[in-house]
Amino acid sequence: MLKRTPLFAVHQKLGARLVEFGGWEMPVQYSSIMDEHLAVRRAAGLFDISHMGEVRVSGPAALGFLNRTLTNDLRKLAPCHGQYTLMCNERGGVIDDLYAYRLAQDDFLLIINASRIEPDTAWLRRQFQAANPGNGDRFENVSDALGAVALQGPRAVEFIDECFPAITAGPTGVKRASELKKNQIGIFTFAGHSVYVARTGYTGEDGFEIIAATEIIAAIWERLMSAGHAHCLQPAGLGARDTLRTEACFPLYGHELDEETTLIEAGLGFFVALDKGEFIGRTVLADQKANGVAKKCVAFKMTEKSAPPRPGYPIWSSGSAAAPIGKVVSGTQSPTLGIGIGLGYVIPEFAKPDTMIGIEIRGRRSSAVVVQKPFYRKAN
Amino acid sequence: MSSHVPADLKYAKSHEWLRLEGDHATVGITDHAQHELTDVVFVELPAVGRKIKAGEACAVVESVKTASDIYSPVTGEVIEANQAVVTNPALANSDPYGTGWFFKVKLANAAEAAGLLSPAQYSAQIG
Repeated sequence: MLKRTPLFAVHQKLGARLVEFGGWEMPVQYSSIMDEHLAVRRAAGLFDISHMGEVRVSGPAALGFLNRTLTNDLRKLAPCHGQYTLMCNERGGVIDDLYAYRLAQDDFLLIINASRIEPDTAWLRRQFQAANPGNGDRFENVSDALGAVALQGPRAVEFIDECFPAITAGPTGVKRASELKKNQIGIFTFAGHSVYVARTGYTGEDGFEIIAATEIIAAIWERLMSAGHAHCLQPAGLGARDTLRTEACFPLYGHELDEETTLIEAGLGFFVALDKGEFIGRTVLADQKANGVAKKCVAFKMTEKSAPPRPGYPIWSSGSAAAPIGKVVSGTQSPTLGIGIGLGYVIPEFAKPDTMIGIEIRGRRSSAVVVQKPFYRKAN
Repeated sequence: MSSHVPADLKYAKSHEWLRLEGDHATVGITDHAQHELTDVVFVELPAVGRKIKAGEACAVVESVKTASDIYSPVTGEVIEANQAVVTNPALANSDPYGTGWFFKVKLANAAEAAGLLSPAQYSAQIG
């Protein structure tokens, strides 16, 4: 039995096409992926991301435990700030990638992938216990109690304040949601409940993610949809979420990331703080950073008319070689660029931008070129 | 949203249509199929001269999200492939029964088309 978010009835009413994703029954599209993708790039889109998991960690031991379990450095965060971070096993393989928010000095909220809630919470709980928590320390999987929506696109900022007028806590000096800077989070009152509004997203556009109790998620959705109507807001599904994140070169767990791939190989070394002291996976990650890796995640685009690249397609060198040099892990037709784009792992000598490669599509090779990440960057 | 099912065509369960013209036929994908696929971005067609069997995967339609096989509704030889839909795959969405046709086939057995679905039967299938 697939799980359903608090917005399931809303999706049905909107005529969404529903698919299985990470054990959940989720909308893949409402109008079309292309249409929703372009709406997010040009105006705004609203996504149901209630399937994602949330973990709350608080108490005097919280910072030490999390900084030993996650790769980025939480000490750098002031209250009401968040950071992208990863959680590795001892081999440096990625258990999950996540967002960690510091709500207050000793109070943290982690947003984790839907498909990883069980392995993540099992792993985190084990590390929490190993940190000898005291009476004041709490670890809670609040995934079932919380839902979330992502409001993304350049016009999101035009109407966010209409929906969340009452801030109760936030970064110093911030009075309105529209004043939040990237990665900041504020607490607002909505229908008598506390709601988190963060300036974050997974599309490469400006936008907000709103996290709240499951019982008010549908009311938040309706409020945003009605306020956004005059600003060309559209509901957007997981299909557009995937093409948007691929253009922005954001990794998706199960594609770019898994337990056998390290975040150095994935090109996410920026999010590992080797200087912060001991943390799980550090030995392998430090070694790879110093001595190199056996495979690297690259972005490529097709240079001739071809079918779009798809996960699993072999990557070949442009010369004659007996074996492929790598494998595609994400691929699609880019709605913004109008060409086939993808991400793949190749052996490092082929990872430099401008390297010509071949993508094997149904037995035939089409030419492609390695490019600088990302494919798309919003204008500032 | 109800899909258009022209009365003068035959249909395959796998959502292809067939227009009979003497001993040859034109094949494409139905309005329902293009609606389900959405945003066709690439079409790969069988080569002229290729012998195909009824039910054989002989073309590929790619949407943003996924690749889908297209099956020949009948047995025969491909006599023409529509280069217009290869050049402009969006024709499969905008005009699936007209300029968005896929290929023409010379039937090995003209009686075979009689076994395909009628418009009423296909309409019932996609209900």
